[in-house]
Amino acid sequence: MSSWLDKIMPGMGSVAGAKKANVPEGLWVKCPKCQAALYLPELEKSLYVCSKCDHHLRISARQRLNWLLDEDDRVELAEDLAPLDRYRFRDTRKYRDRLHDAMRESGEKDALVVMHGKVEGVSLVAAAFEFGFMGGSMGAVVGEKFFQAANFCLLHKTPLVCFSASGGARMQEAIVSLMQMSKTAAVLEQMRRKRLPYISVLTDPVFGGVSASLAMLGDINLAEPNALVGFAGPRVIEQTVRETLPAGFQRSEFLLTHGFVDMIVHRKNMRAKLSSLLRKLS
Amino acid sequence: MSRDYLDFEQPIIELEEKIEELRLVGNGSELNLTEEINRLLTKSRNLTESIFSSLKPWDIARVARHPKRPYTLDYISHIFTDFDELHGDRQFGDDPAIVGGIARLDGMPVMVIGHQKGRDTKQKIYRNFGMPKPEGYRKARRLMEMAERFRLPLFTFIDTPGAYPGIDAEERGQSEAIARNLAVMSHLAVPVITTVIGEGGSGGALAIGVCDRLLMLEYATYSVISPEGCASILWKSAEFAAEAAEAMGITADRLSALGLVDQIIPEPLGGAHRDVAFMAANLKAALLDHYQQLAVLSVEQLLDERYQRLTQYTN
Repeated sequence: MSSWLDKIMPGMGSVAGAKKANVPEGLWVKCPKCQAALYLPELEKSLYVCSKCDHHLRISARQRLNWLLDEDDRVELAEDLAPLDRYRFRDTRKYRDRLHDAMRESGEKDALVVMHGKVEGVSLVAAAFEFGFMGGSMGAVVGEKFFQAANFCLLHKTPLVCFSASGGARMQEAIVSLMQMSKTAAVLEQMRRKRLPYISVLTDPVFGGVSASLAMLGDINLAEPNALVGFAGPRVIEQTVRETLPAGFQRSEFLLTHGFVDMIVHRKNMRAKLSSLLRKLS
Repeated sequence: MSRDYLDFEQPIIELEEKIEELRLVGNGSELNLTEEINRLLTKSRNLTESIFSSLKPWDIARVARHPKRPYTLDYISHIFTDFDELHGDRQFGDDPAIVGGIARLDGMPVMVIGHQKGRDTKQKIYRNFGMPKPEGYRKARRLMEMAERFRLPLFTFIDTPGAYPGIDAEERGQSEAIARNLAVMSHLAVPVITTVIGEGGSGGALAIGVCDRLLMLEYATYSVISPEGCASILWKSAEFAAEAAEAMGITADRLSALGLVDQIIPEPLGGAHRDVAFMAANLKAALLDHYQQLAVLSVEQLLDERYQRLTQYTN
């Protein structure tokens, strides 16, 4: 999918665990990093982390929330919101057709899934980007769902956790997608003023308009190991500065060193870490 | 062909050069060329009108980036008085791609912030082609918060291809700098009036453009990605920039139809660069008008209305 994403960030167009993943038929999956053949039932048990090299494979939004939240008391929020192609955007294909394919491939109506629930007994709202839906790009529906998630938090005085995985703003929604940056930042500012905790978790990859809005505004910013996170994509930067990018550039560890994330958290420790942090803040 | 003018402006420039020649000849001789000059002036005006009334979105994008187009500092010198430029983000450095400071608008103290491009090659490099780095956005934030503390209304001017995509910008947190400005501006307790004077390039533009009123010059553009960027991703080649400009609806007209823009400021015939004083006078009148409408609101009303405005963009 998403050949246009591959163009800006090579190798960005795939998600494991989505309905149509880059999983070959059968029970074996190749680790995209070390190429080791991984046994699917084992991989699921290890939360899609490679047993050989510890690479965190991309997973679907629903899979992530499924692992994150306690089994009881989960409620999906704003689940009926679906995109309208009000401006009839068309490039080499119609936006409407791209949406149709994305829905079929990911099984989602748009690129954000939001649920209210608990993590180790701590009540919260959790949002997760679906990278398999047009590269997790943010348009009006993603912005509105995030807005409603935060509003639920404001109303019920609960914390918000958001797992981002996105190529940025959705070009096919033109200026309306840009305006989602200020919309999500504005509602987060309301949460900040009401002293409600917001934890942003950066997962591979986060760029552009999502990185430069909701993803960088956590009271605490966490990152999964080796996630690629930045404002401009590596290829755009390379073309601009005409030099080779340093090793590890824009990876989680780079962000930690430069002071933009608080800690790097392994997927298997995410639940415990989030509940531990949130218990101290609320 | 003059490199200072766009291809579709060339016939106008040629005609003007002819008029100028006739004037010079007329001055030094007994010949009365007034009639001929007047005829050519009318022709030139009609030609300009006809060319500028049928500009396509991509043509408008090129006018917005015109090498002679007035920049933020040009408007500051025409619209405001007593401007004291303030420098630096107090953390890393000073970014010449964003200028800001305190000034007076009709005698009233105000804060002014804008992107700044350079005119000649040396200045272009010095201003980094109007592409700010994190320290530029952090300087802007410092000035915004100062404006709030001293209750100075904030006037911002957008004119950037986008935030700088470079290694150092990433190291210093370009994303964080932009995101933080969006959050701070959403709740800044003074009136904020933003004008897109040239190019409104994506998040790098919005980072000083969260506002109570958005004005756009007639031939300014505002978009989520540059037409070339959009074309190279979706059409696989930057050569389809004109198609991308059309599809994204980047012009003041189209954005006004979406309800995003409060007022389009008419430009002089042939674009802002043809008569900067006239352009600045038009803009100044609009800025004062919108400020007066906002000045009567309580801080609470102002912030409520801004919040409604920011969160209304749905499907």
